[in-house]
Amino acid sequence: MRKVAIIGVGNSKFGNRNDVNLTELAFEAVKPALEDAGIVAKDVEFMALGSVGAGAWYAELLPAVVAAEYCGLTGIGLVRCEAACASGSAAFLSAYSVVASGPAEIAMALGVEKMREVDTSTAMEWIGRAGYYIWEFHNFGLTFPAYYALYASAHMAKYDTTEEDLALVAVKNHKYGAMNPLAHFQKKITVDEVLSSMVISYPLKLYDCCPMTDGSAAIILASEEKTKELGIDTPIWVTGIGYSSGTANLSRRKNYVGLETSVLASKRAFKAAHVTPDQVDVAEVHDCFTIAEIMAYEDVGFCKKGEGAKLIREGQTEIGGKIPVNIDGGLKAKGHPIGTTGCSMIYELTKQLREETIQKSRQAPLKNYIGLAHNVGGTGHYCYVTILRR
Amino acid sequence: MASMPSLKSREIKIVHNMPISKTLPFWEGLKQGKVLATKCKKCETLYFPPSADCPNCLSSDMEWIELSDEAEIETFTHVVIRPTSFQQYKPYTVAIGRLKEGVKVLAWLTGFKLSQIKVGMKVKLTAKITPEGNPTYAFTPFEEK
Repeated sequence: MRKVAIIGVGNSKFGNRNDVNLTELAFEAVKPALEDAGIVAKDVEFMALGSVGAGAWYAELLPAVVAAEYCGLTGIGLVRCEAACASGSAAFLSAYSVVASGPAEIAMALGVEKMREVDTSTAMEWIGRAGYYIWEFHNFGLTFPAYYALYASAHMAKYDTTEEDLALVAVKNHKYGAMNPLAHFQKKITVDEVLSSMVISYPLKLYDCCPMTDGSAAIILASEEKTKELGIDTPIWVTGIGYSSGTANLSRRKNYVGLETSVLASKRAFKAAHVTPDQVDVAEVHDCFTIAEIMAYEDVGFCKKGEGAKLIREGQTEIGGKIPVNIDGGLKAKGHPIGTTGCSMIYELTKQLREETIQKSRQAPLKNYIGLAHNVGGTGHYCYVTILRR
Repeated sequence: MASMPSLKSREIKIVHNMPISKTLPFWEGLKQGKVLATKCKKCETLYFPPSADCPNCLSSDMEWIELSDEAEIETFTHVVIRPTSFQQYKPYTVAIGRLKEGVKVLAWLTGFKLSQIKVGMKVKLTAKITPEGNPTYAFTPFEEK
C-alpha cells in the first residue's frame, strides 16, 4: 500500500441552506478544496460521495452524478457510499483506497447533504427508519433521538451519569460552535437552558440533540509521489483507518452503555497507525447526541468505561485539557449533515494539524501532531475511525 | 431561510409490500396471543426477532418456539416527538427487555407512568392486535396477584 496524504480540503457554511440546491452546495466545498490543493477538476481521477437522503429528504436520486457534473468532474470514476451518518468516512475510505492501492494518483471524498427539503417530522420518519425498519420502526416508531435515548437510560442507570453531565457536552460544543464561523449554531448555551429544553425522547431533550443541517465538505487525497510533485507545503498523512459494524437490531446488542462497533473500529485504527489514545492531540467524535460523546470518550479509549462523565465534568475535553474534543462545535453545534459529517471531521482535523484554524483561539495545542476522527453511522450500526498525522 | 424561493417536487405516495412468507408463523402466532421465536435445529441458536435462516451455521432448518412471557427491562425511552406516520399516537414508551431464554425484545411498554419505569423491573411480554388491526407485541404490567 502507498502512503496517502490529504492535500486539499473545503467545507461549506453549515446551517439551513435553503438558499442553494444540492449541487450548488457541493460546489461550495469542491471549489475551495481544489484551490487549496492547487489543482483543477480534471486532475481528479476518482470521486466517492457520502450522502444519505437521495430521494428521501432531498429530491435528487443520483447525487454523485449531479454533483460531479455541476463541479466539472464528469468522466472520472464515481461512486456513492452509504454508511448512514458515517457515509462521509466511508467515502473517505473509498477515495483513500483507490490511491493507496494504486489505480489513482488523486482522488476526492465529497460529503453533501440537504436535510431540509422536507418537513421535520418527515425527516424524523426517514431517519427513524434507518435501523431495522420491519423489527424496530414499523410497529414501534423509534426515532433517531429515541435510539440514543435507549443508550442514555442504560448509561445513566449503570454509571450514575446524570442529565447535567449530558448537558455539559452540549454547553462545551456550543461554546466552540460560537467560535466557528462555519457552524450551524454560533451561540453559547447554559446547563439550565439544556435542562429546561423540551423533551424529545426521554431522557434526551432538544439541546441534547444535533440539528438537521445542510452542508458539504470535500477532501482531496494524493499519493506520496504526487504530493511531492505538486509541492504541497503541509501534507497531512492518513496513518490508520479502522472500521466495524453493529447489529441492525438493537435488541441483539450485548448492552446499551457503549457501542461495540466504536471499540472495535478504534482498536483497529490505533493498531494500523501504531499510536495509542494518549498520543492523540485533537479529536472529532460522533456527538449526534450528548450521550454519544460521553460513550465515545470511553469507547475510543480516552478514558475507562463508565468514566466519560468524569472527563466532561473535569473539562478534560476542552482546549487545555487532556484531549480537546469537537472544538469545531461537533455535530451538536456545528451541525450534522449526515453524509457530510465524516468529511467535515477530516476537514477540521486537517485545519487543526496544519495550525490553520480560522480563529486562533480554537487551535488545539499540538505535541505529536496526531488527530483522530470517530464517525458512527446509525446507532452503532457502522463505525469508522481515521487517524491523521502531520 | 424558510421563505427562500423553491420549487415543489412532484408528489408520490410510497407503500412497500414487505414479504413475510418465511416468518408467517410469527405473524399468525401474534393473532393467537403467542410470541414465537425460531431455533436452529442444527446449532440450537435461538432467534428473536425470528429468522428463517441461521447466520451462525447457515442452516435453514429452523423450528418455531413459543417464548416465555417475563422480561427484565434493560433500557427504555419515552418518545415525545414522533415521526410522521406515528403522529396519530400519544407519546409512547419503547423498552428493550431480556427473556430468560437469553433473547431480547424491543417493544412498546404500556400501562406504566414514566416515573414508575426502572431499568431492571420485570414486565410481561404480550402479543396483541393494534386498533388498526396489525399484529404486534408489547410489554405490560403483570396482573395484581
